[in-house]
This record gives sequence, C-alpha cells and structure tokens, in this order.
Amino acid sequence: MLYKSLHSLGNYLLLMRRTFTRPQRGRIFWQQFVREFYQLGFNSLFIVILMSFFIGALLCVQIKINIWSPWMPRFTIGYAMREVILLEFASSIICIILAGKVGSNIASEIGTMRVTQQIDALDVMGVNSANYILLPKIVAMVSAIPLLVTFSIAAGFVGAYVVCWAGGFLSMSDLTYGLQYSYDNWHLWSGYVKALVFAFIIASVSGYFGYTVQGGSIEVGRAGTNAVVVSSVLILFTDLLLTNLLMT
Amino acid sequence: MITITDIHKHFDRQEVLHGIGASFDAGKTNLIIGRSGSGKTVLLRCIVGLLTPDQGEVLYDGRDIHHLAGDEATRLRQEMGMLFQGAALFDSMDVLHNVLFPLEMFSSKTYREQLQRARFCLERVGLTGAEGKMPSELSGGMQKRAAIARAIALEPRYLFCDEPNSGLDPISSRIIDGLISDITHEYGITTIVNTHDMGSVRGIGEQVLFIHEGRAEWTGTGDTIEQTESPHLREFLDHV
Repeated sequence: MLYKSLHSLGNYLLLMRRTFTRPQRGRIFWQQFVREFYQLGFNSLFIVILMSFFIGALLCVQIKINIWSPWMPRFTIGYAMREVILLEFASSIICIILAGKVGSNIASEIGTMRVTQQIDALDVMGVNSANYILLPKIVAMVSAIPLLVTFSIAAGFVGAYVVCWAGGFLSMSDLTYGLQYSYDNWHLWSGYVKALVFAFIIASVSGYFGYTVQGGSIEVGRAGTNAVVVSSVLILFTDLLLTNLLMT
Repeated sequence: MITITDIHKHFDRQEVLHGIGASFDAGKTNLIIGRSGSGKTVLLRCIVGLLTPDQGEVLYDGRDIHHLAGDEATRLRQEMGMLFQGAALFDSMDVLHNVLFPLEMFSSKTYREQLQRARFCLERVGLTGAEGKMPSELSGGMQKRAAIARAIALEPRYLFCDEPNSGLDPISSRIIDGLISDITHEYGITTIVNTHDMGSVRGIGEQVLFIHEGRAEWTGTGDTIEQTESPHLREFLDHV
C-alpha cells in the first residue's frame, strides 16, 4: 500500500515535470486554453451558482432555527453565514463539488484518449502529450476558479437575502449589518488562495488518473471514480493544512 | 532504412521479445507477421519508441531512437508517421483538422500552405469532401484513410502501420493495402506493417518477417512465403 502510494506519487511528479514545460506551439496552447476555460470553468458556473444560492439560504434558516437565541444579537445570523461562506463553502466545498463534476470529466476524457491510442499518436508525432493535454486544463482550471468562487460568494449572499425576505426570518438591514460586521479582508483572500490550490489539485490529479489508464472502458470508469475520491480527500487534507497556515 | 538488433523486452517476469534482429529497407513495404500474442505489437512499439527495449538498439539510418534526446528526438519523430489499429484520430477535431494538426505543430509553412497540403493528403487517400466530418461520422475504412492522410502530412521518411486491416472488410482492406504500398513507393518511405492478414502478405509483402513467441523465425518475401520450411510459419499459413 505504502509502496504503491509512493510509486504513484513519483509517477505524478514525473508527469508534472513533463507537463510544466514551454508549449511547443503557443497559438495552439491558447486555443486549447480558451476551449478548456469554457468547458471546465464557464460550464460549471450554473451548478456553482445554483448550489451556492441554496446553501446560502439554508445556512440562514439553520442558524435561525438551531443556534439563534434571544440572548444573541439578530445580526449574528448574517455574520455567521458570511464567515461560513467566505472561509469554507465558496472555496473548499465548491471545489469538492467541482472535483466530482470537472475531475471525472477530465479523467474520463484523457483516459479515453489513452485507450483509443490518441495519446500514443501524439507521442509518435513528437508532441509532448502531457504538456499538450494537461497544461491547458490545469491553467484553465486555476484561472477559472477565482471567477467561480466570486460567483459562489455572491450567489450565497443572494440566497440569504431571498430567504430572509421571503421567509421573514430576519430584516434586510439586520442581515446586511451582519454581513458587514467585523469584516476581515484576509478571510476573503485566504478563500481565494485555498481555491487556487484546490483547482490545481483537481485538474492535475484527475489528469494523472486519466493519463495513466491502462486497459479499456472499465478502467476509464475506474479512473474517473479514483480521480474524484483522491482529489476530494486531498482537498480536505490540504484544506486542514492551509487553514492552519493562513489563519494562524 | 531501419535496423533493429537483439531486441529484448519483458513485462513483469514474462519475456515477450527474445533478441529479435532485422533490417527494413527504404522504399519497400516491410511486413511483420505472426500469431496474436507473438510480440508483433510490442516489437513495433519498441521500434517507434513508445516502449523502451530492455536490451538492443533501433537505428533509423544510423540514429538510435532510444538514445536521442531533446530536439534530435523531436526531429526524428517528425520524420515518422503512424497508422494505429483503431486509427486514433483525435475525436475533438474534424477530419481536416486531424490532418492539419501535425502541420500546425511542426511545419514552418503558412496556414494557407498547410491547408493546401492537408487537402492534398486527403485527396491522395480519396477523402475529398469529408473534410468537415467528425471521426465518429466515418466508416472504419474512411477512418483508416484519414489516419494515413494525417501520417503522411509531414512527408515522413518512415511509416508504421499496426494491423491496418483489422475490422475492415476484404475490399476496404485491399484499398488500404494499396494506399500503403503506393505511398511507400511514391515517396521512397521505409514502411513497416504489422499484420496477420495473408491478403496483405501476398499483395504488398516485399519483405516479410515472421515472429513466433517473441523470436524472428523466418524472413523472405510475400512470393516465397508458401515455400517455407519453418514449421511454425507452415502452421500459421495452414490456419489462415
């Protein structure tokens, strides 16, 4: 088990070394980047907004029902919701969701290229296949994540406003005051920093699982599952490390 | 000309190639034949550099592919074209862009000239009019022809074909064989074809290497193969 993990880590690092080299044709790299940005980033926008909207609304409802007491100021609901969204949800939880959506997509796409010999065809031509396939995906994912995190935060706040307005849980002014109360800009930036690292994990780990597929369609499916599981675990583990590093 | 010397390859504890040596002449269609599992594909992958042999050397006109690095390796690879068993067309691109791809990556020609070259290659394999089609919209034979067009786009000196007729009907197989043979003679390419199709052996086999259990058992031409005294080749011929 330990040997296998170390072997995989070594192979992953070797693959990253091949990936992070200068693209053979800059124009083709940018074409690929734009395509991947659209596929991995823009196409994830709807699910990110939808989930963030409902989680923002649900956080408000849950805090009101389970935590709030007459001894607490009313704006605490907005304050607690803001901290959860900024510190964890918009970065870590959204990235775990993206590991499921984007990670399996990357692993199965590259895995299919491997089993249908498209990667071999690139290698025989003299194309650095790791660089050609993986680099645009990693760069696109890392570039798209600040956008997704920003929309997630905004959608979470909108969800909170909507539920407070529609359900009468809290006045708009109390929620606004709570969202602004004791605001620390670093909480926002630390969320972005974490999300950038998580985006790299999602794209590179999923790419590794796809690139190293051996066999047929069953192995491609397995690579997709492994990519999601390993990316999610690594995101949680890195989250723990980064939170300690950035918040203390 | 490609020369291979004493090629050994094993996976885990199983030795697949036991010291194969041969030379493949330029301007000829060189066939590697043998039963499934005899080591043909492993040998071809060692020759094109997709696998590294445990021992032995593969020389492309004196250049050992396994000891080249950087620009020299890339330059040699640009002289190679390969037709894979499943065609291996890029399924995110249409036929024209599949053929354009190696030109866009490596050619110093203008885009207009690249486009002209890609269209010429498609015309050469009889695929005029299929430029805008996606690989999934093509029949097996058309996919193989598109893959040949892509393989010859950079005017290669070496052409490799892994089971070019697998999954094709006899008529399509002969069309593909004809194309491979014509292109080989037209451009003086060193062509190596992996096959177990006796139609190909008799039709285009100018030089044939028979492999049995990872060993080179017989070499000759498609015309002389029937007179073989090799028992394993005799058995192979009797069953196809």
